[in-house]
Amino acid sequence: MRHALTLAACLALAAVLPAAETVKIVSSLPLTGSANTQCTSMVNGIRMAIEEAGGQVTIAGIPYTLAYESWDDATAQAGKWDAQAEAANARKAIADPEVLVYIGTYNSGAAKVSMPTLNAAGLAMISPANTWPGLTKPGIGEANEPAVYRPSGKVSYFRVVPADDLQGAVGAAWAKELGAQRVFILHDRELYGQGIAKMFKLNAEKLGLTVVGGMEGIDGKASNYKSLVTKIRAAQVDLVYFGGTTETGAGQLAKDLAGGGVRAKLMGPDAFFNSALMSAAGDAALEDRVLVTFGGVPPEQQTGKGKTFVDAYQAKYGQMPEGYSIYAYECAKVAIDAMTRATAKDRAAVVEAIAATKDYDGALGKWSFDANGDTTMTVMSGNTVRGGQFQFVKLLGQ
Amino acid sequence: MDWTDLIAQCLVTGVANGLIIALIALGYTMVYGIVELINFAHGDVLMLGGFLVLTLISACGGEQASPWVVLPIALVAVPAFCAGLNWSIDRLAYRPLRHAPKLTALVSAIGVSFILLNLGLFWGGLDLAVFDDGRSASAKKSVPDLLPFSNLLGDDASVLITLKDVLVAAVTLPMLAALTWLVQRTSLGRAMRAVAQDPVAARLMGIDTDAVIGRTFLIGGALAGVASVVYALYNGAIDFQLGYRAGMDAFTAAVLGGIGSLPGAVVGGLLIGLVRAAMETLVPNGSQWSGTVVFAVLIVVLVFRPTGLLGSPLREKV
Repeated sequence: MRHALTLAACLALAAVLPAAETVKIVSSLPLTGSANTQCTSMVNGIRMAIEEAGGQVTIAGIPYTLAYESWDDATAQAGKWDAQAEAANARKAIADPEVLVYIGTYNSGAAKVSMPTLNAAGLAMISPANTWPGLTKPGIGEANEPAVYRPSGKVSYFRVVPADDLQGAVGAAWAKELGAQRVFILHDRELYGQGIAKMFKLNAEKLGLTVVGGMEGIDGKASNYKSLVTKIRAAQVDLVYFGGTTETGAGQLAKDLAGGGVRAKLMGPDAFFNSALMSAAGDAALEDRVLVTFGGVPPEQQTGKGKTFVDAYQAKYGQMPEGYSIYAYECAKVAIDAMTRATAKDRAAVVEAIAATKDYDGALGKWSFDANGDTTMTVMSGNTVRGGQFQFVKLLGQ
Repeated sequence: MDWTDLIAQCLVTGVANGLIIALIALGYTMVYGIVELINFAHGDVLMLGGFLVLTLISACGGEQASPWVVLPIALVAVPAFCAGLNWSIDRLAYRPLRHAPKLTALVSAIGVSFILLNLGLFWGGLDLAVFDDGRSASAKKSVPDLLPFSNLLGDDASVLITLKDVLVAAVTLPMLAALTWLVQRTSLGRAMRAVAQDPVAARLMGIDTDAVIGRTFLIGGALAGVASVVYALYNGAIDFQLGYRAGMDAFTAAVLGGIGSLPGAVVGGLLIGLVRAAMETLVPNGSQWSGTVVFAVLIVVLVFRPTGLLGSPLREKV
C-alpha cells in the first residue's frame, strides 16, 4: 500500500514538473562492414552538430531537448547495407513520434528502399552521400523516377551532395583537359558504379573521346584483375575510368594496373576518396597514378566554416575526418536550422522549412535546396595521391 | 599485342590463378574424400594464413623486407600454423560430431567459418598487421610487393612473366608432386585411402581412423598455408572476407574435377583459371560474364559426368 502511494506521488510530481519534451534526429548508415570507417566519421560529424546546438532546439518559441540516435542499416552477413535493415529503420523512425528528421542513407540503393515509406509518412529525409541522379531528377534515371519515391506527391527527400550526372560530366571534362584520347570504362555492376560510369561514358563521347570496348562490368570481390589488365594493356588507352568504390575492388584494380605495366592513369569517383584505397593498393601503386573526383572541397582544403569544422573534428577525435563527414555534419546543421525556422513541432512543418532553405551559409559554402531537393552547389574537386595521401589538384566544374 | 601474345599472356595468368585455386581445392577434396564433409572453414583458414604472412612481412621490415628471408620463414611458419589450426578445428568442432547426421557437421563447419572470419577482422585491426594507418580493420590490406613486377622476358617483351608467376609454379608444382607421392606411396597414404573407402573395414584392419582423419586435416591445412603465402604474394592484397570467394572457387574446382579426386582438383582449378583468363582477356565485357561461363561449364560437366571430370562413380553404400 505504501509503495502504491509513493508511486502515485512520484507520478503526480512528474506531471507537475515542466520537463522539456524531446525531438529526435536519427541517422541510418552502414556501420557494419567495409564502409565502417567512412560512416563512423559521418556519425561523429552529426554528433558535433548536435553538441554545437547544446543538445537543444527551439521550435516555434518552445525549447525542446534535441536527441540523436545512430542506426545501422548494414548486417554482418551482408557486410554492407541491407534492404531489410534499411526498411526496418524507416519503419522504426516513422513509429517514433519524436523523430523529426531522418539522416541517410549512405548508399543510393538503400535510399530507394526507404524513400517511398518515409515520404508517405511525411518524414523529412536528408542524405549526406546519395549520388544516384534518379533519386531526385526527372529524365535521367529510370522512367518512373523520381515519382516512384514520392507517393505523397511532395518532395520530402533532400541531399547536400551533388549527384552523379555532375560528377560523370566533370570527370570526363577533366580527362579531356589532361589530354586523354582513348579511355577504357569499367564499372562494378552496382547501381552507383554503373550509373556513374554511364554518365562518364555519355560525356566522354560528347567531348570526342574514344571509348574503347564499351563498358566492362567487373567482379568487385575478385582476387585479382590481371587478365583484365592484359586486355587494357592491349587496348592502348590513355585513361581507365572505374565507376566503383574501394569496397568493390578499386584498390586491387589500381595495384594490378600498376603491376601489369599499364601507364594510363586510373580515374574514379568520390567512392575512391577514403583511406581504404591506400590500405588496399599500397602507396607505390597509387603515386601520381590515380585521379579522384569528389563533390565539394576535400577536408584539408576547406576554408571558413568548413575549416572550423575540420579543426574542431581533429581536436576532438585526433584524426582527419573522412571525405563525407562534413556532409553528414552539414545535414545535421541544416536540419537543426530548419527546426528553428519551422512554424510548429510537426513533421510537415519541418519538411516545409527544409525545402525553404535558401543561401544557407554552412560548412560547405553558401547553397540552397532546389525544387527537386538537390543542393545548388556544383563545385567539385580533382584529387590525386602523393606520398600515401590524397592531394588536391584543382577545382572542377566551375 | 597481337593475338599470339594475348593468348600466351592469357595462359600465363590463367595457369597461375588456376594453380592457386587447385592448391586450395586439394584441401576441400581430401577432407571430403575421407569424411564426406564440405569443410566450409577451409577458405577462412587460408585467410588467417594470409594475415600471418602479412604479420611476418611486417616483422621482417615491411616494404624493405628481403624475399629471401621472408619466403623461407613464411613457407615453414604459415603452413605449420594453418595445419595446426585445421587439425584443432577437426578435433574441437567435427570429431565430436563424427557419428551425428552429416548435416550437423556441415552446420558446425559454417559456424567455424564465421568464427574465423571474425578472428580475421580482429587481426586486421591490430597494428602489427597493418602498414597504413591502422584505422580500418575491415579494409583490404596491401601486402608489400617483395617480388618485383619486372618482366623476366625483358622490358620490351609484350608478354609479361614476373617472379610472382614463377613463385606460383615453383611452389605449387612440387607440393602437388609431394602430395601425390604421399597418398600413393606411403603407409599414411594407404591408410587414408582405406579410411576413405570404408572407415569400418579400415578400423577392423587395425587403422586408427581418428588419427588418420586428423592427419588429413593437418595436411589439408598445410596446403592451405602454402596457398596463403602464394595468394598473398601473387595478388598483393588480403582482406578478412577473401576466404569466402577463394573457398567458393576452390570448392567449384573440386566438384568440377570430381570431389574426392586429387588430380581432379588440380584439373578443375586449372580449368577455372583458364576459362576466366580467356573470358577476361579475349572477350569484350568478358569480366561481366566470366563467373557465368565458369558455372555453365560446371553444369555441362555435371550433366554428362555427374561425378566430375576425374571422379570415380559413387560406391554403393549398403
